[in-house]
Amino acid sequence: MRDERLIFEKSVEGRIGYSLPISDVPKVNINSLFDGNLLRENSPEIPEVSEVDVIRHYTKLSQRNFGVDSGFYPLGSCTMKYNPKINEDMASLDGFTQMHPLQGPESSQGCLELLYRMDRYLSEILGMEKVTLQPAAGAQGEMTGLMIIKAYHTSRNDHKRVKIIVPDSSHGTNPASAALVGFEVVHIPSDERGCVDINALKETLDDTVAGLMLTNPNTLGLFEEDILEISRMVHECGGLLYYDGANMNAIMGIARPGDMGFDIAHVNLHKTFSTPHGGGGPGSGPIGVAKELVPFLPVPVVEKQDDCYVLDYDRPLSIGKVKSFYGNFSVIVRAFSYIMTMGPQGLKEASQTAVLNANYIRKKLEDLYEIPYNRTCMHEFVLSAVRQAKNGATALDIAKSLIDRGYHPPTIYFPLIVKEAMMVEPTETESPETLDQFIEAMRELAKLAEEDPESLKKAPRKAHVTRLDEVKAARTPVLRWSK
Amino acid sequence: MKSSYIPATKKQQEEMLKTIGIKSIDELFSAIPDQLRLKEDLNLPDPLSEHELKKQTQELTNKNYDASRNVCFLGAGIYDHIIPSAVSHITSRQEFYTSYTPYQAEMSQGILQAMFEFQTMIAELTGMDAANASLYDGASALYEAVILACRYNNRNEVVVARSINPEYRKVLASVLRHSGIEIKEIDFYCEGDKSGTVNLESLRKALSDKTSAVVIQSPNFFGIVEDLKATSQMAKEVNALLIAVCDPISLGVFEAPGNLGADIAVGEGQPLGNPMNFGGPLLGFFAVKKPLIRRMPGRIVGETTDSEGKRGFVLTLQAREQHIRREKATSNICTNQAMCALTATVYLSLMGKKGLYEVASQCIDKSVYAYNSLLNTNSVSKVFDAPFFREFVVKPAIHPKKLNDELLKDNIIGGYDLSTDYPELKGCWLVAVTEKRDRAEIDLLADRVKNICQGGV
Repeated sequence: MRDERLIFEKSVEGRIGYSLPISDVPKVNINSLFDGNLLRENSPEIPEVSEVDVIRHYTKLSQRNFGVDSGFYPLGSCTMKYNPKINEDMASLDGFTQMHPLQGPESSQGCLELLYRMDRYLSEILGMEKVTLQPAAGAQGEMTGLMIIKAYHTSRNDHKRVKIIVPDSSHGTNPASAALVGFEVVHIPSDERGCVDINALKETLDDTVAGLMLTNPNTLGLFEEDILEISRMVHECGGLLYYDGANMNAIMGIARPGDMGFDIAHVNLHKTFSTPHGGGGPGSGPIGVAKELVPFLPVPVVEKQDDCYVLDYDRPLSIGKVKSFYGNFSVIVRAFSYIMTMGPQGLKEASQTAVLNANYIRKKLEDLYEIPYNRTCMHEFVLSAVRQAKNGATALDIAKSLIDRGYHPPTIYFPLIVKEAMMVEPTETESPETLDQFIEAMRELAKLAEEDPESLKKAPRKAHVTRLDEVKAARTPVLRWSK
Repeated sequence: MKSSYIPATKKQQEEMLKTIGIKSIDELFSAIPDQLRLKEDLNLPDPLSEHELKKQTQELTNKNYDASRNVCFLGAGIYDHIIPSAVSHITSRQEFYTSYTPYQAEMSQGILQAMFEFQTMIAELTGMDAANASLYDGASALYEAVILACRYNNRNEVVVARSINPEYRKVLASVLRHSGIEIKEIDFYCEGDKSGTVNLESLRKALSDKTSAVVIQSPNFFGIVEDLKATSQMAKEVNALLIAVCDPISLGVFEAPGNLGADIAVGEGQPLGNPMNFGGPLLGFFAVKKPLIRRMPGRIVGETTDSEGKRGFVLTLQAREQHIRREKATSNICTNQAMCALTATVYLSLMGKKGLYEVASQCIDKSVYAYNSLLNTNSVSKVFDAPFFREFVVKPAIHPKKLNDELLKDNIIGGYDLSTDYPELKGCWLVAVTEKRDRAEIDLLADRVKNICQGGV
């Protein structure tokens, strides 16, 4: 039975979905306790449905959604690897979920120990001195890192450093975070190899530069081979280097941002460390810092004193707090489980296989699709559907056609420097058989794009809806249901 | 031991290398300068089997005093409410939790429709015209609101009540430090029948034509319900916006901030079915009146039609966002808290409008009962006079820290010590009593407090 009504449209007056315990204390007369104009005049339109209604409704909705467990999800820059089930079980233990953040270190030693150990493990993986787990996501990690950059220069009375440099291939969060912290954003171009243009960088560097933000491997999936030269140049001019860890899945146990000269690095636990993306979140974006930046980390810092874990708030140079409490704890528990079950060799094998899988797909598609920077890639690569677009089938059409074939499409139209971009990131958790099937689908679509491009424009046909009108949604926004 | 999450066998990997035209996996990394290549394994513990991990993790949780084995009277922004079983059965469906942000709308209709329903529920609760699909937490929702306000009316001062959750104020201060926005804090009445509410005389004095927004929390950090209408009128006199920090459960009983003159309503959605989780993940919600819709931060889901005219949902107004606008975006947020928003949506659907009212009124009944029971022990004294929701301030005869230490021995997680955040409330104790507590637990608390304060531990 097809029933696509909203939960509100299923509401029947008087129906209930949950029975609360009957109160065993005296009833308070709310109307006499509170001033009348403080009280609600009309009750909110929250639906009145039974528990069965709720379960059926949201089960049906889930069936109109696609997760990593549903199938292949090669969404570039997002590292849609499998989310191990044991991690979910560990995060749902009462001894974690039912902990209040303010109960004090004496009664939360287990949580604090886990946070402390994660700081140590992630510091080792990143090659950093210390990690804060407070940022809720990558973008908040960026904001935190940039606040630390600001605090560092300010502490040295160096007030003229107002610029943050980002490559034109960077994630949109980089310039947006820099602007949020009050920096001026300077974009530098990529060179013909798809890497930072060293000469352009040289021209930009002066004593007004606070730092450079870089993803390595970059968003084209290419390792910035000149990274040591880049970090020398930035440091020589007095700036700091920020590592956007979105692509860390390429290099775990192989190379470390700290050794490359980065002063600050974030990791996305919801990418590299297998925690689920949750339809958009929650994630977790811890950042690690080099030794000289440790005093600026957000408070509190979890420290170990003898055999006890404590929360240290007494840090005069700290930038303060960026989020309530200590971070997205239950996401951190999942990442902890992942690191514990993978071990050092497992993490390295994950990165090696992720890179192998990406190169395998690249090699098998290079004859039919343009690959603008076609050389050994890291964990992802960017192909361009320009050839197909010329014939009338764009990257968007190919993406929508993949939906009909049971795949989540790659990231499209990013990075901005590649026309008709499709960014493919298979991750290590996909079998060669899955990769082969995806390759076959992509090859078929390339052929169709040549022979019958119109048919791609009608995709998707097998999804729960056909192609949706995004322009209409933005032009006349309907953002809520109304009675 | 090979990881069971990596399916490619050694043999398959060799064939793949052959296809690529290289001899070893190492060759794939030749772009990384040799001096950067790690020569040894990372210094991490050896891998554990699932079975071993379970055992070790359970040992960790045994070092915690959690609210399933202890009775929790601690709130201060995070609350121990009843969570219906049905909630986690929905949120543990893989199609939801293992999916990404719904960029490909046609294969993400489930989460998109759920977020549209979430936005509707938040708009309904707060009495606003539209809400976004979530932010990190109440604190981050507040700094986003302040940034929005200052950009909207091009002013750079915000007047913030000190009775706002100190955790939020700390985050606000550090995030805004370099923004050029000045924060003016205003105090609360310490005496009289309005004690515990925002000091309206101080508020009036702080306002000027530089004021971008007034920020008030209701119920405030002390659990006391504020007169939003009065503050909104004052804000309007200087053409400033009113930002209301609100609690979603309380809105089952109290008037929606949107109906009292608030322009932006933000808050923490954790009480809506989300476990306390040692403080994260939380659920920031963000709702606005019409003129501010296109300036909202974060993901927004909108209704549209497909090519056959059927209703469908997409991420919309994306021209505000970082992936399009880069440094000119309304916010840097990308990943949000969609699963926590789904949790809240399922929770509210289960509760319904009557259930939500019942939760809110039981919070009032039980907190009033606890307040009276504690006062009756003569071991704690009254601090404020204004009526409260779910949470109240009292001053025990002994220091809250010491009291809490003793209570823990009886498996009671005591209230919040206000001394550090409010020097004028030294020795005061903030106690939260939700619908989850019963009479016996409250009686036990009162009894233990009496004994401890009278030295009869």
